[in-house]
Amino acid sequence: MNRFETQTGQPGIDASGLPEHLSEDEVRESAARERREKLRMFLTNWQGVTGLILVTLFFASAIFAPWIAPYDPNALDIPSRLVDPSLEHLAGTDQLGRDTFSRILYGGRVALKIAAIGVSVALVSGLILGMIAGFGPRWLDNLLLLVFDTVRAFPTIVLALATVALTGPSLELVLAIVIITSIPQYARVTRTATLSLKNTDFILAERSLGAGMPRMLWHHVMPNVIGPLMILAAMEVPVVVTVEAGLSFLGLGVLPPTASWGTILNEGYLVIRDTPWMVVAGGVPLILTTLGFTFLGEALRDIFDPRMGKGR
Amino acid sequence: MLAYLIKRLGLALAVICTVVLVLFSLLYLIPGDPATIALGPRATPEAIARYAERMHLDEPIWRQFLIYIGNAFTGDLGVDIFSERPVTAIILDRLGFTLALVCAAMGWAMLIGIPLGCLSAVMPNTAVDRITGVLSVSTIAIPSFLVSIWALLIFAVELRWLPAIGAGEPGETLDQLSHLVLPAFAVGLSWVGYLARMVRASMLEVMGETYIRSARAFGLRPRKVVFGYALRVAILPTITLIGMGFGGLISSTVFAEIIFARPGIGKLIFDSVMARNFPVVQGGVIVATTLYILVVLISDILIAWFDPRVRESL
Repeated sequence: MNRFETQTGQPGIDASGLPEHLSEDEVRESAARERREKLRMFLTNWQGVTGLILVTLFFASAIFAPWIAPYDPNALDIPSRLVDPSLEHLAGTDQLGRDTFSRILYGGRVALKIAAIGVSVALVSGLILGMIAGFGPRWLDNLLLLVFDTVRAFPTIVLALATVALTGPSLELVLAIVIITSIPQYARVTRTATLSLKNTDFILAERSLGAGMPRMLWHHVMPNVIGPLMILAAMEVPVVVTVEAGLSFLGLGVLPPTASWGTILNEGYLVIRDTPWMVVAGGVPLILTTLGFTFLGEALRDIFDPRMGKGR
Repeated sequence: MLAYLIKRLGLALAVICTVVLVLFSLLYLIPGDPATIALGPRATPEAIARYAERMHLDEPIWRQFLIYIGNAFTGDLGVDIFSERPVTAIILDRLGFTLALVCAAMGWAMLIGIPLGCLSAVMPNTAVDRITGVLSVSTIAIPSFLVSIWALLIFAVELRWLPAIGAGEPGETLDQLSHLVLPAFAVGLSWVGYLARMVRASMLEVMGETYIRSARAFGLRPRKVVFGYALRVAILPTITLIGMGFGGLISSTVFAEIIFARPGIGKLIFDSVMARNFPVVQGGVIVATTLYILVVLISDILIAWFDPRVRESL
């Protein structure tokens, strides 16, 4: 930015639009004060704090699963099959006598893996497509918008069922479906932000200095959209985790004997008349994770980007 | 309005054709003989030969597609591999169960969600508003298939208040209704949250308008102002929301039908996937998608009807 200060030539206003009498230190301090204020707002927001705790719990239990789990998640113990929760088996055992608590911990690893890969790939692709739509020619913008709208509202599960009918179930398929259906969300947010930045003075200035398109997008547009995108990513994690669990529940995603919350629910559903504990144990982590990420995302959005949400 | 209508209809047709094209080309994207893939490894050579003849597999691919899409528009979606019944007839048998579930779910969600949203908007930042807010976020976040499983566990298996599976004896309305309660509850629950949130947000916006203030100043009763004036305008974004969320509604209907063994389209598609009965899968997906596109079309047209500005934007 320093380069522009001499070139704008307007007295009293530098390129950042701040009055000249503020020294750099003062600006820096007011920014720090604002950060402290935001942090305080976040820490006094009970939804945000609950969300943060649940999300931390999700990450920690998935990462440290091998050390926390009391049993091997695939170790069979037929004599003690379908036992109720006790101190020995915290969440009971399943129809093959496997420890459900250990399987939940390992199932969290599958959910984390899908969420991490799915959300990051979709975020990057959505960012690129959204910037193309925002900066590209009008017809391309319209075409991409149409595609985004169609894909976004398409019945995901129906699409997944049709594909599985031909390819058979697999983890890669779940990932592909998750990524394709969530790209439009990121692309839409990026496109809107790009469009509003397109004609701002600093972009025009950069353009008149001869900056190429990649430089403008990378250095100027991206830093401005990455914040809202990260919040959106937090809100998308529940969707991704739900799709994985849902497809695995139908037997179309993660295949047994691999533990996933979906497969635990599926096996529990088959024995629901014998024991309620498996569907309860498979559902609780799923609900805690979706609620945690939603609460966290909502709190972050309320604090950092009040315009983004129309609702609360 | 007419120009908008024609453009919008054309768009809907284009999307349906694209879906059919995608479904059709899936068969060819997978290496191997299309007939064998579609019918699965258990199919007899005669069945494969019959299928190849029906689908005109000796013709070039683009002609096969044209023949398929032409047949689809005249209502011929092929035949079931195992029973040789026309797919269209099978789907028509099942469609009623799905439509009943969708309407019941949407109905109770609107009955509860819209008044709840109004209530929060009329008294913002009170305890009622806060509780409604947390409840709507929670119902939106909880996966609907989990609601189905837990509702089945609590009300059908443990408490035995309601039947667990099936759609009830044909002809007995009361029995069929009792089979509808749990799936409709599970599918509609997240919509209560969506609707309450959406109605609250747009009501708050509308309640700040000057014409509402005028209505109040004229001394109209608050009830009349809220329901007679504000809600009429505030309900519009909700129609768009229903249109856009219909895809999600179909997805949760599929889960509810599978979990409660309700013989609708979703269950039909799922069973056919498991049995590798590809013509039925294809037909079911086309019908489900068309249903979805129709709802979006209707909601778009309704919005354009109410709000002339929308007509210009397409």
